[in-house]
Amino acid sequence: MKKTYGIEVDCANCASKMEDAAAKTNGVKSAVVSFMTQKMKVEFEDGADVDETMKLVLKNCKKVEDDCEIFI
Amino acid sequence: MNKKQKKVLIRIIISAILVIILSVLFKFVELNIWIQAVLYLIPYAVIGYDILKKAVKGIIKGQIFDENFLMAVATVGAIGLGDFREGVAVMLFYQTGELFQSVAVGKSRKNITELMDIRPDYANVEIDGRLEQVDPDEVETGTVITVNPGEKVPIDGIVVSGETTLDTSALTGESVPRNAGKGDEVISGCINLTGEIRIKTTKEFGESTVSKILDLVENSSMKKSKSENFITKFARYYTPAVCIGALVLAIIPPVIKLIIGQSPAWGDWITRALTFLVISCPCALVISIPLSFFAGIGCASSNGILVKGSNYLEALSDAKYIVFDKTGTLTKGVFDVTGVYPAEGFDSDSLLYYASYAESGSSHPISLSLKKHYGKDIDRSKVTDVKEISGHGVSAKVDSKQVFAGNIKLMKLENINVSDIHDEGTVVYVSVDKKYAGCIVISDIVKDSSKKAIALLKHHGIKKTVMLTGDSENTAKRVASEIGIDEYKSQLLPADKVNEVEKLLSEKTGKEKLAFVGDGINDAPVLSRADIGIAMGALGSDAAIEAADIVLMDDDPAKIPLASKISQKTLRIVKENIVFALFIKAVCLILGALGIANMWIAIFADVGVMVIAVLNATRALKLK
Repeated sequence: MKKTYGIEVDCANCASKMEDAAAKTNGVKSAVVSFMTQKMKVEFEDGADVDETMKLVLKNCKKVEDDCEIFI
Repeated sequence: MNKKQKKVLIRIIISAILVIILSVLFKFVELNIWIQAVLYLIPYAVIGYDILKKAVKGIIKGQIFDENFLMAVATVGAIGLGDFREGVAVMLFYQTGELFQSVAVGKSRKNITELMDIRPDYANVEIDGRLEQVDPDEVETGTVITVNPGEKVPIDGIVVSGETTLDTSALTGESVPRNAGKGDEVISGCINLTGEIRIKTTKEFGESTVSKILDLVENSSMKKSKSENFITKFARYYTPAVCIGALVLAIIPPVIKLIIGQSPAWGDWITRALTFLVISCPCALVISIPLSFFAGIGCASSNGILVKGSNYLEALSDAKYIVFDKTGTLTKGVFDVTGVYPAEGFDSDSLLYYASYAESGSSHPISLSLKKHYGKDIDRSKVTDVKEISGHGVSAKVDSKQVFAGNIKLMKLENINVSDIHDEGTVVYVSVDKKYAGCIVISDIVKDSSKKAIALLKHHGIKKTVMLTGDSENTAKRVASEIGIDEYKSQLLPADKVNEVEKLLSEKTGKEKLAFVGDGINDAPVLSRADIGIAMGALGSDAAIEAADIVLMDDDPAKIPLASKISQKTLRIVKENIVFALFIKAVCLILGALGIANMWIAIFADVGVMVIAVLNATRALKLK
């Protein structure tokens, strides 16, 4: 399943760090962040709990870039 | 400027004023060095507290070597060496640069998104006899909505009353307005220009053209190009490498100097290492490339060319082979009379007269084009005994004369001696009272801009253009020579088209790419097999939008060279940015290591390069 979320991030390098962090989260198959449109597209693994996974994604993103936000 | 940016601006101003006051003060008053340090820490805290906080947080979370860390180390280092003013100034300058760049990036981002913003805000629905503005999302299929002049059509539908002209330029890039009246289908995203119309919606908002296009364009930056991935990967190794380089620079030379018995000059080498760190920030590269692609895609979509991803725009710039479908792509796909050949005893007018009267009862495309070419009203009372002879044509009595109109088989069946044979397009043979009256050739006509499009593509460095068609050899030959295409293959079944494309795919070498252009109706397999599938005139055709990588909103072949030009220019800007940023950084890094570049040059190498790269990237928006 794929879902798109709005995000807020200030720099392009930070956006690519978020992308990395999100993609490495458990339950996430792949993640793409577009700095331009301030969006994150997440593809979940089969059977993953979307809400729980997104909480983890947010936590991992905060870890690499404190100044970011994902609108879940 | 948004709230965050304004806050930074205020901090910059306060801190800058404080620094000026302090430097003037210390010119006249001798103060203890510790008091000086404490006083300078005030503006430093004002301007740098968030950077320091982020740097500390980063270290705690194991994320060292980001730009916050770099700035924190550089400025704390300077202060530690007794260069208080320098330390504050560097932080001040860095924040100013960051602000400038965030405003510049934000502004160009907004410019591009505005260009693509065709989202309608509301729909006018009549509720209890009054028009009310409702969210287009809430309008159910089949609702009648009113669109006033100056408003956007919010949802696809059919006009139930009113006459108007529509501006479709936001969708198709076509500047000539389109007329719409009762019974016409209208698509969302057009702007109503002249009259009030009422539309019965045929789709939900989410399924309407405008939503589909917005979705497609917004997602386009998710499909990343190779250059973008390259830079992201590069940045991943580059930042730590530079940090290690800086560390080496700070320690090794002084240690060597100590060993060979010279003064180590620690301060000098640490300053060099800090300069080195400031230069190293990879942001200019990381931002300018997606921004260039985004601008290129924005420019394309304002011209009615939807590119589904940066990767496709990149691939298109490498396209060396372009394969076209014929019908509907290079030709209009509508049939028209292209030749009237009367036999002896008849003239063109009488031949057309008999043919169109005989065919008057049919709604076959061929009959329609005959009638259209004949141009006069048809008096149906003159026609009697109409009989369709399946697979052959029709027989009818026109002015009480027995008329046969159809293919060559019909003529043979009726034992009519045909004096001339044409084998291009579709030929309608006509006999009157068992006597051969002549034939009319009906064929597909070439689009006005096809020839120019092919010539322009050649000019843009396309190696080979190929036309594939299911039509006869003669038709293909005529069209091919008319528009100047390099090669053609005729009499192909849909599956053969895939084979032909695969053959061409195996012929090309290295980075060369192959693009296929079709009208998207039955080309889906070929569209997805080619490196780049381009569907044209796809407005409203979901299958084509799905299968293609690039969608041309109208069916003008001239958009193909335009798309190719936009892609090539965008890629040139991307390359310029990569080379420019890397070159300046490399030069500054060397100068920094040698101790020639000071902190100011370092900050230019960071922020200045980025701003120039961003400005260069926005050039991609203005291609025509």
